[in-house]
Amino acid sequence: MLSVCTVVFIAVLAALLVAVVRGTRRRSEEPSASPAERTITRYVGAAVGVTVVTLIALLAASVWTGRTVASLQASNAISIAITGHQWWWEIQYEDAIPSRRVLTANEIHIPINRPVVLKVTSRDVIHSFWVPNLQGKRDLIPGYTTALWMQASRAGAFRGQCAEFCGMQHAHMAFDVIVESDEEFAKWLDAMRQPGRDPLDPTGHKGRDVFMRARCGTCHSIRGSDAAAQAAPDLTHIASRSTLGAGSLPNTPDNLAAWIEDSQRVKPGNQMPPNPLAAEDLQALVAYLETLR
Amino acid sequence: MTRGVDLPNGGDRLEATWADPNGLYGWFTHVDHKSIGRRYLVTAFAFFLVGGVLAALMRLQLSRPDNTILGPDLYNQIFTTHGTTMMFLFAVPVMQGLGIYFVPLMVGARSIAFPRLVAFSYWMLLFGGVFLYASFLVGAGPDVGWFSYPPLAESLYTPSKRADVWAQLITFTEVGSLAVAVSLITTTLKLRAPGMTLNRIPIFVWAQLVTSFMVLFAMPAVMLASTALILDRLVGTHFFDVEHAGDALLWQHLFWFFGHPEVYIIFIPGTGIVSTIITTFSQRRMFGYLAVVLSLVSTAFMGFGLWVHHMFATGLPQLGESFFTAASIIIAIPTGTQVFCWIATMWSGRLSVRIPMLWILGFFTIFIAGGLTGVMLAAVPLNTQVHDTFFVVAHFHYVLIGGAVFPLFAAFYYWYPKITGRLLSERLGAWIFGLFFVGFNLTFFPMHILGLHGMPRRVYTYPASMGWGTLNLLASAGAALMACAVVLFVIDAVRELAADMAASPNPWNAGTLEWATSSPPPNSNFPRLPTVAGREPIWETPRDQPVIVGLRVDARDVLVTHVLDAEPDHRLLFPDPSIWPFLTAIAVTVLFIWSIFTPWGVVYGAVPVFVTMVGWFWPKSPNEGGTRLWPFAHRTLPRPHEAPAAGGAI
Repeated sequence: MLSVCTVVFIAVLAALLVAVVRGTRRRSEEPSASPAERTITRYVGAAVGVTVVTLIALLAASVWTGRTVASLQASNAISIAITGHQWWWEIQYEDAIPSRRVLTANEIHIPINRPVVLKVTSRDVIHSFWVPNLQGKRDLIPGYTTALWMQASRAGAFRGQCAEFCGMQHAHMAFDVIVESDEEFAKWLDAMRQPGRDPLDPTGHKGRDVFMRARCGTCHSIRGSDAAAQAAPDLTHIASRSTLGAGSLPNTPDNLAAWIEDSQRVKPGNQMPPNPLAAEDLQALVAYLETLR
Repeated sequence: MTRGVDLPNGGDRLEATWADPNGLYGWFTHVDHKSIGRRYLVTAFAFFLVGGVLAALMRLQLSRPDNTILGPDLYNQIFTTHGTTMMFLFAVPVMQGLGIYFVPLMVGARSIAFPRLVAFSYWMLLFGGVFLYASFLVGAGPDVGWFSYPPLAESLYTPSKRADVWAQLITFTEVGSLAVAVSLITTTLKLRAPGMTLNRIPIFVWAQLVTSFMVLFAMPAVMLASTALILDRLVGTHFFDVEHAGDALLWQHLFWFFGHPEVYIIFIPGTGIVSTIITTFSQRRMFGYLAVVLSLVSTAFMGFGLWVHHMFATGLPQLGESFFTAASIIIAIPTGTQVFCWIATMWSGRLSVRIPMLWILGFFTIFIAGGLTGVMLAAVPLNTQVHDTFFVVAHFHYVLIGGAVFPLFAAFYYWYPKITGRLLSERLGAWIFGLFFVGFNLTFFPMHILGLHGMPRRVYTYPASMGWGTLNLLASAGAALMACAVVLFVIDAVRELAADMAASPNPWNAGTLEWATSSPPPNSNFPRLPTVAGREPIWETPRDQPVIVGLRVDARDVLVTHVLDAEPDHRLLFPDPSIWPFLTAIAVTVLFIWSIFTPWGVVYGAVPVFVTMVGWFWPKSPNEGGTRLWPFAHRTLPRPHEAPAAGGAI
C-alpha cells in the first residue's frame, strides 16, 4: 500500500512539474502552441481511469486483509478479560472453575504461538487497548464488551498503552505483555493463582499492619488478607510486576516507597491519595509488599 | 469601465446610500459585506495566531522526553483549545469570511443576502472566541479534546465547567456558521448578475455554495450532540450516561457525522481558491469546468457517508467496516479528478509563477501526500494500527494545512490588493513561502514515523526509553520555522497597509467580476451593475454587452435574478445599517453563558433575546426615512431621478 501510494505521489508530482515547465515556457511562445482541448481530455480521462482502478484494487486488498486479520480458527485459545480504569488496566484470566481465575493488573503474560482472545470493556471512560507489536487498537467502551484476538510469534516483553484520550493521565496508562514459553506461562499462571503470601518476619507483620491501618484495603486487595476492594489494582503479587503506576516507574523498592508516599508527584491527578507515613512504617510496608511475588 | 465617475450625478449619491456609518457607534452597526468580511478574516486570522501559539507550546513540551514545562492539566487544556480554535474559530470562519467578502463581488451583486444576519454571525463568532479564551485564562479551558467524548466529558468525570465551555463554544460558532451559510446560498442563487447562468458561476462561488449546503446538513448533528451533552451535565438527562441506559457510542456517531463533513467544509473552499488562482495565472479558462464542479458536488454528498472511519477501533461488524472503507477510498476519485484538471489547466495555459502560485504548488505537494495517507487510513487493518497515533496527526495536518492553509495564504496574496488596494512584497513573499514550506515538512513529516513507531496522540509526555526524542525535537524545530514565516507575513501585511494604494483594479489580469471594480471596491461594489457573457466575464466581453438600468441610487436597491439562468426577476430593498444585530448577539451570548450555570438561564435569557429581535425586525414608516414598507417584489420603470438610462455597450 505504501509503495502504491509512493508511486502515485511521484507520478502526480512529475506531471505537475512538467505542467509547470511547459506552462511557463509557453508564456514566451506563441499562444497557438497549446495542445488541443480534446488531447488533454483524453489524458485527464485516462488518469481518472487509472485512479479508479488503483483505488478499487486497494479496496479489495484492504477488505481481504481485514477479514484475514479478524478471523480466528483455534480451539486452544486463552481467554483474558481486560477492563480499563482511569488510569490502569484490570486483567482477568478466565477459567471455567472460579477458583482458577486469576486477577492482576497492568501486566499480561501470554504463551508463544497460541491465540489469545481478549474481551475488553471499560468501567469508567473510553480507553483503547493497543500493543503496537502485536495487534491493532480496540476501544474499551463502557457498556460494550467486544472481543479481539492476538498471537505472538516471538518471545519477549512488549509495551502496550492506552490509545484513546481518557483524561488527565492518558500519557501514563501503559502495560506490558510478556510473551513466554508454554511452561513458563503455566508456571506464572499457577503462581498468580496463589493467595498473597503471609509475612514471615516481624518487619513483614508490621508492614501488613501498616497496610491495614493506613486503609490501603479501601481500594486495593491482597487475596488471603482482609483487603478485598476492587477500585484499584490488585496487589496480591505486586512484587512480581515490572512497573508501578501502569508503566510510570520501574518497580524497585525505592520507587515503591516514593509512589506510596506521594504518587501525585510521579503521576499527577491519579486516584491514589498521598500517604504521609512514618519512615519506619513506610519501610516496613515496602518490605511487606516486596514479599508479594 | 465600471468606475463610478461615468455615472452622471448618481455616483456620489449611490456611494452615500451604500455607506456604513462612521464613528464608534457606527462601527457596531455595519452591514456592508466587505466590512464584515474583513472583520471575519482579521478575527479568524487572529485566532489562527493564538491557536498557533498553543501549538508552539505543545511542541515545546514534547521536544524532550519526560518534559515538565507544562503539566498534564495545562497540556490537556492546550491541545483541546488548539484543536477547537483551529476548527471552529479559524478554519471555518476564515473560509466563510472569504465567501462573505468575495461571493457578492464575484457574482456581481451590490450586497450579500441578509446583511444583518451576517453582521450578527460575526458578533457570535467574536463573542464565542472571547468566551473560550476568557475561560482558558481563568483556568477553565476545555480539557477533554476537541471531540469531547463522553463519558469523559460527562459531569462524573469532568465535574468542572470545562466541558460546558466547549459545548457552548460549539453552539456559538455553529449558530454563526449556519447563518452565514444561509446568506451565501441565497446570494449565490438569487443575486447573480444577469447572464451568470449556473454553468457560468465562478468555481470559487460553486465551492462556497457546496460548502454552505454541507454546513446546513452537518452542523445540526453536532449542535444536537452538544446540546444533549449539556442536558446530561446540566439537568441530568442520560443520553450518553452508560449507568442509566445511555450510550457512549451515540455521541461518536453524531459527532463524526458532523466531524467528517467538517473536513470537507474546510477543504472545499480551499479547492475553490486553487481553481481560481490556477485559472488566473494560467491565463486560460479552467480545464474541465463541469468535471470540477461535479467533483465538488459529489465530494459533498460522499463526505456524509464515511464518518465511521473515525470509529474503526470501536469494534464494528465486518460488513460495516467494508462499506465505510469503500466510501473512504472512493471519495479520492473526485479529488483526483480535480487534481488532474488543475494540472491540465497549467499544462495547456501560459503559466506565470507569482507568489500566489507558489503557495498553490506547495498545496499540491503537501495535499497529495496527505490525501494518499488518507487512502491508507481508510484500510481497516492499517487504520487500527495507526489510529490515534502521531501518524494521524501528521495525516490531517497534511490535509488541512496543505488543503486549506496553503490555498489560504495563496488567497491572501491574491486578494490582498483587492481588499486593501496595496500589493504585498514579492521578495519577502518568497522567503515566507520557503520558510513555511520547509518548516511544515520538518514539523509534520517526522510525525508519520513517530506514529508508526507507536507514539500515541494526546500524551503530555513520553518516556525517554521509547527513543522518540530526536524526531520530536526535529518536529519542534520545524514548528519554530513555521512560526517565523507567519510572523514575517503579519509584519508585511501590516506594513503594506501604511504604503500608498498602488494596486490597479486588476493587477493579475484575472477574469472574474471582483476585478471589474476598483481596489478596494466602492461601497456599492459596482457603480454600474455588471452583466455576464461568459465564465470569465472580464475576458469575455462582447461589444454589444447589455447594461442594467433602473436601480435606485437613493435607496439600497438590489437586483434579484432567477436561480437557473440569472434572468432579472425583481428589485428588492435591502436593510440599512443597524445596531440591533450587535445587541441581539449580546443577548444571545448572555443566554448561552448563563445556561452553563443554571437551566433557568435559558428561560430568563430568552427575554432579552426576544426584545432585541423585536428591535431588529421593527418596521419603519416611510415618513421616518424608512423604506422597508415598500413592496418586496415590484417591477417599475426607471424614473428620471433614479439612475441614468444609459444604453448600448459598456
